[in-house]
Amino acid sequence: MRKRLVSMIMAGTLAMSLALTGCTSGGGTTTPDAGSTGDTGAQTGDTGETTEAPAAASGELIKVGVVNNPPSESGYREANVKDMEAVFSEANGYELKTSYSLKNDEQLQAAQGFITEGVDYLLISAAETTGWDEVLKKAQEAGIKVYLFDRMIDVDESLYEAAVVSDMAAEGDTAVQWLLDQNLDEYNVIHIQGAMGSDAQIGRTGALDEQFASGKMNKVVQQTATWDEAEAKKIVESVINSGESFNVIYAENDGMAKGAVAALDEAGITHGVGGDVIVMGFDCNKWALRELLDQKWNYDGQCSPFQAQIISDLIKSGDAPSSKKIINEEKGFDATTITQADIDTYGLGE
Amino acid sequence: MKNKITNIFKGGFGQLTIPIVAICMLVVFNLFRDPSFFSVGITHNNDGNIVLAGNLISIINAASELAVLAMGMTLVTAACAGQDISVGAAAAIAGSAFVKVLKSGPEITGFSVILAFVIACCVAMIFGAFNGTLVSVFNIQPMIATLILFTCGRSIAYWINGGASVPVDSPIIKAIGSFIPGIPVPTPVLIVILVAIIFKLVFHFTSLELFTQSVGINGNASRLNGINATFIRLLTFIILGVCVAVAGIIGVSRLGLINHETLLLDVEMDAILAVAIGGNNLGGGKFKISGSIIGAYVIHMLTVTLYAMKVPSTDVKAYKAIVIVILVVIGSPVIKSKFTKFMTQMKNRKQAVSMKGT
Repeated sequence: MRKRLVSMIMAGTLAMSLALTGCTSGGGTTTPDAGSTGDTGAQTGDTGETTEAPAAASGELIKVGVVNNPPSESGYREANVKDMEAVFSEANGYELKTSYSLKNDEQLQAAQGFITEGVDYLLISAAETTGWDEVLKKAQEAGIKVYLFDRMIDVDESLYEAAVVSDMAAEGDTAVQWLLDQNLDEYNVIHIQGAMGSDAQIGRTGALDEQFASGKMNKVVQQTATWDEAEAKKIVESVINSGESFNVIYAENDGMAKGAVAALDEAGITHGVGGDVIVMGFDCNKWALRELLDQKWNYDGQCSPFQAQIISDLIKSGDAPSSKKIINEEKGFDATTITQADIDTYGLGE
Repeated sequence: MKNKITNIFKGGFGQLTIPIVAICMLVVFNLFRDPSFFSVGITHNNDGNIVLAGNLISIINAASELAVLAMGMTLVTAACAGQDISVGAAAAIAGSAFVKVLKSGPEITGFSVILAFVIACCVAMIFGAFNGTLVSVFNIQPMIATLILFTCGRSIAYWINGGASVPVDSPIIKAIGSFIPGIPVPTPVLIVILVAIIFKLVFHFTSLELFTQSVGINGNASRLNGINATFIRLLTFIILGVCVAVAGIIGVSRLGLINHETLLLDVEMDAILAVAIGGNNLGGGKFKISGSIIGAYVIHMLTVTLYAMKVPSTDVKAYKAIVIVILVVIGSPVIKSKFTKFMTQMKNRKQAVSMKGT
């Protein structure tokens, strides 16, 4: 009897734990800045698609279904979700339906649901690049227009109106160009990478690798901290302890830059504007931009989560997009020129 | 005294043989590789304090969270014959609670830090009690029971603050995470020493150590002898909860930032490893907290050594695995008994030789 009870409870807990895994998928993956899929070469898609006038007449709300990753995924996603909600508001003439999941099959189901409900537009940031053919074809048959944002999907271009994405390689290029413009006598760089293989890591590493290869910059150390702040601190500490000299820290996100700076602070090495070491980060968290404003860091590259306005403009104008792939323009901030207004406009989080 | 020394040569340090041998091997290896590896320098940090610096300081500093967690994990292992795999996620929850309390006040003062610490401890103890109840009352395997919190813990941590990385900036937090002005030793190291002393005192003045061991060796027998096995197991999880809170707070203070996804990521595996390297039986029973602490330092010395050798951090885990496999195999009962057998054979032969000589 007792045994049976125990096994029943165990089965119950197992079921519970499974259910929990289902609803809390945010815990699994770690991509603090959620790579957007973006190849470098911006292809100019054929613009010959015929586009009908926007579905909704004036006075009627335009129904928009958004399939996205959950806000808990990262600071990037949090800002992305908030931006979507702010732009596609009732005040702007939209009726917004949202579904958040890190799992592709759940996203597919949600998209299916939106099609059945009869939305006018479907906006998708897919968890995975594959498996979307069927759903997008159904959307096309139902006369629903599809926009991709942040991430590309592996389907025929005719199945969607346009994709609004970031160009990670351009982010790296902008940052490295900024670094070259500093005209240092020599560049001894500590390069702290994100999770290997993520789009953000590949894009942001590429430009710097070119400089290492050409001999313009010296690679003191190039290590991945897999987006982990504490690991970044350890990497910088080990360089400091080895006595090697360096004058640039290029961290592929803000958190790792913060970890690196903690190591500098403990070792009494000055950093930022006028300091011995140049500190570079990415993502433009508000707290990171404040470090720039305090001149403790030098540069922060943006990975813009704000695609909603671009899509909204496309919907309202009714014109066909000029290209199938629209690159979301991104900035890099310099500590000597950044203003409080920049932080309020472009900063993520609090 | 002399007896003790000869004992060491005869039987080693008992349970502590493996961790001590491991740490000595790493020290010797590093000294050969780079004689200046362990040199400790004195510098001024950016706040103008005189502080100690060097690889040795890096190692004992960075291992602090792990050492605190390993202490709690040892108790749970001893009493429940299983491990808590949710410590990393629980630390993220405790750290988030800590930040949440600090952020809800107008400014960060000494009082608000203490309040935040107490609340973070309470939160972690509640989650510890949750795990402990599943294990002790419902007799669920510890690894299965804690799998629940392992899966959902970091999402709960996200709900608390609602942001991916929330900063806390204050001189007090900085003092907890790096250096107190005027003291050249990193504060996390002092916290580890404090926690170790508290454990020592608790073991000295209460029967917790004895009860934990007896529950771990045979729960039913100890119950028949009047020890409440359920309560002891629950208690070990609650004590681990306090350790988790302390580790989480060190982690948050070190960076002045809570990132619920990366705070003490994968630390649970390192904590279990530290317990294993410390020579503790993962099947419960007898234990030595000091072994686990040394185990934690072994793990971090290994990491820092590999970083100093510029091993790519993607490969670090693989190299770590190799060393740990060797350590665990050497410490296994099979090798141990073979070694003892070999030693007695040697002794017998020696005796035989000396007999021949006379």
